[in-house]
Amino acid sequence: MIKMEPRQESSPWMPYVSPLLAGGLTLITGAILFAALGQDPIFALKTVLITPISDAYGVGELFVKAGPILLCALGLSVAYRANVWNIGAEGQLLMGGLAGSALAVQFTESEGLWLLPAVLFFGIVAGMLWAALAALLKTRFNTNEILTTIMLNYIAFNLLQYCVHGPLKDPHGFNFPESAMFADAARLPLLMEDARVHLGIILALVSAVAVWVLLGKSFLGYQIQVLGRDSRAAKMAGFKEKRLVWLALVLSGGLAGLAGVGEVAGPIGQLVPQISPGYGYAAIIVAFLGRLHPVGVTLASILMALLFMGGEMVQIELNLPLALVGMFQGMLLFYLLACDVLILYRIRWVSKPAVQTA
Amino acid sequence: MDIELVNNVLQAAVRTGTPLLLVALGETVAEKSGVLNLGQEGMLLVGAVMGFIVTLTTGSLMLGFMAAMLAGVLMSMLFGVLVLKLNANQYATGLALTIFGTGLSAFIGAGYVGQPVTGLEPIAIPLLSDIPIVGSALFNQDLMVYLSFVATAVLFWFFKSTRGGLIVKAVGESPDSANAIGLPVLPTRYLAVAFGGAMAGVAGGYLSLAYTPLWAENMSAGRGWIALALVVFASWRIERVMLGAYLFGLASILHLVAQGLGFSFSPNLLAMLPYVATILVLVMLSSNPARNKLYAPVSLGQPFFKST
Repeated sequence: MIKMEPRQESSPWMPYVSPLLAGGLTLITGAILFAALGQDPIFALKTVLITPISDAYGVGELFVKAGPILLCALGLSVAYRANVWNIGAEGQLLMGGLAGSALAVQFTESEGLWLLPAVLFFGIVAGMLWAALAALLKTRFNTNEILTTIMLNYIAFNLLQYCVHGPLKDPHGFNFPESAMFADAARLPLLMEDARVHLGIILALVSAVAVWVLLGKSFLGYQIQVLGRDSRAAKMAGFKEKRLVWLALVLSGGLAGLAGVGEVAGPIGQLVPQISPGYGYAAIIVAFLGRLHPVGVTLASILMALLFMGGEMVQIELNLPLALVGMFQGMLLFYLLACDVLILYRIRWVSKPAVQTA
Repeated sequence: MDIELVNNVLQAAVRTGTPLLLVALGETVAEKSGVLNLGQEGMLLVGAVMGFIVTLTTGSLMLGFMAAMLAGVLMSMLFGVLVLKLNANQYATGLALTIFGTGLSAFIGAGYVGQPVTGLEPIAIPLLSDIPIVGSALFNQDLMVYLSFVATAVLFWFFKSTRGGLIVKAVGESPDSANAIGLPVLPTRYLAVAFGGAMAGVAGGYLSLAYTPLWAENMSAGRGWIALALVVFASWRIERVMLGAYLFGLASILHLVAQGLGFSFSPNLLAMLPYVATILVLVMLSSNPARNKLYAPVSLGQPFFKST
């Protein structure tokens, strides 16, 4: 039988092995699942993991998708380190996209260089404000941020639907629920010819460095980590808890807002009803998988981007539902949480049950 | 407002509140034992899709609801093993359950979108359903609504006057003391979590087999999360869970009232109402921190380590 024994000290290397182990287990489960669905498992896994990035366009697309996921997950890492459970990256992303679009559609003929920075600024601020609502509710009214951020996700989604079907709909668009196309001056410039990869990924990587500096090198980052590990110690040290909660939420909201505006000003180029295939939710998994560290989160967001692309590829090539992506995401997080047990415990095989002495 | 409209609105409020009631009752039991399961939305969706598929293929609503319940239990045990056996973080594991359940349900239900089943029909109870105002709301409903009344009554009695109820509460309030006097802490928590899963599964079945008899991806639309807020709203008390569920039901169908009175709003704006209402309720209740400290099960969300 299996026995779990607490370790004397938590394992120093298990936190890094656990995500790899979880990834491996997800792959194995995936192979079994594909086989059960009557597919050749090796071919199916190749379709998910290799086919999408087998050409330059695909590699570019990988970064198009990794950008918003990385931005959201960076913010969430800061929040989770402060023990603030922001589940609202999706809503903050949608609000960023919505606010950026609201500005961009006013200037569809503009060629001004100011337009793109202004659009991005609107998106960031909208994401911050949306997260600030949750911060206000938590610090002023003591409401649980998990529930409020989830509710704000649903509200943001409906608000976006309202705007894209109403005030922001293109008046010359034959009544389709889409805004007018943005001016080129409002779009993020492309980095490569023949691919959609744009400035967004650079912004995301710069943000990753900034978050790394914040968490690793600054006193503010130190305060955030102390608050997350032991709120009483933080209080004893005189850290202002409410300010840190605000900071964690507003920062993650701003990054998610940038992710959202980066989608509408990047690959999409207009406001449409669906601007995110669930990047904000995937970012939760990415944050945990990347161990709440900017480097880990960067690697994990590339993996997650690949999973999104692999899902689309499986839909096209093997005619399986796109929902496979969500299932694999959940599975990955489950395996990760299970493997994380090994940080504090070791597994022993005991050949026979220990004799009970009464 | 004419009486016909009032009747219709109240009847719809109870119907709309029923899935919330079922989920929140199950989660109240789990939370009273000290376990917070944020995976309600995932269990609802898997229950909904399994119930729908089984009813569609067998033609039996009864089998459908049983499949929905079983699916909810299986999902909750995934959570239970991680949280109770491996002491994984309850927040993260619950989120994982929701993400997994959302994906799993969409995956297995992909071929069933848009197919029709004959849903559960209302059964008017003679005489009782003729009572003015509340009659049709309470006694001209389908069988699951009546069963939700029974479940509420049984749970109320269970916590008020049975030894079993006392054990669940003891385990949630002070697992160490409960363990010291020989109460089975972890088995109790497993059972409570499984019960929560069963109720969420049935609630999912209610959505896809009675409320709107069809399967659509993500059809629970946040009801699992609203139910979690409802448990807080109700201060973990069974009778208030019921009241809260119907109030939320009412908030969710206010657009019917608006239409009945001749107003027209954007459906997207009206769709926000239940979520806005949830936040408002949380604000009203949480602004007094002493209150939730007083009512929340003391060990809620904490793992239990058996000291030997």
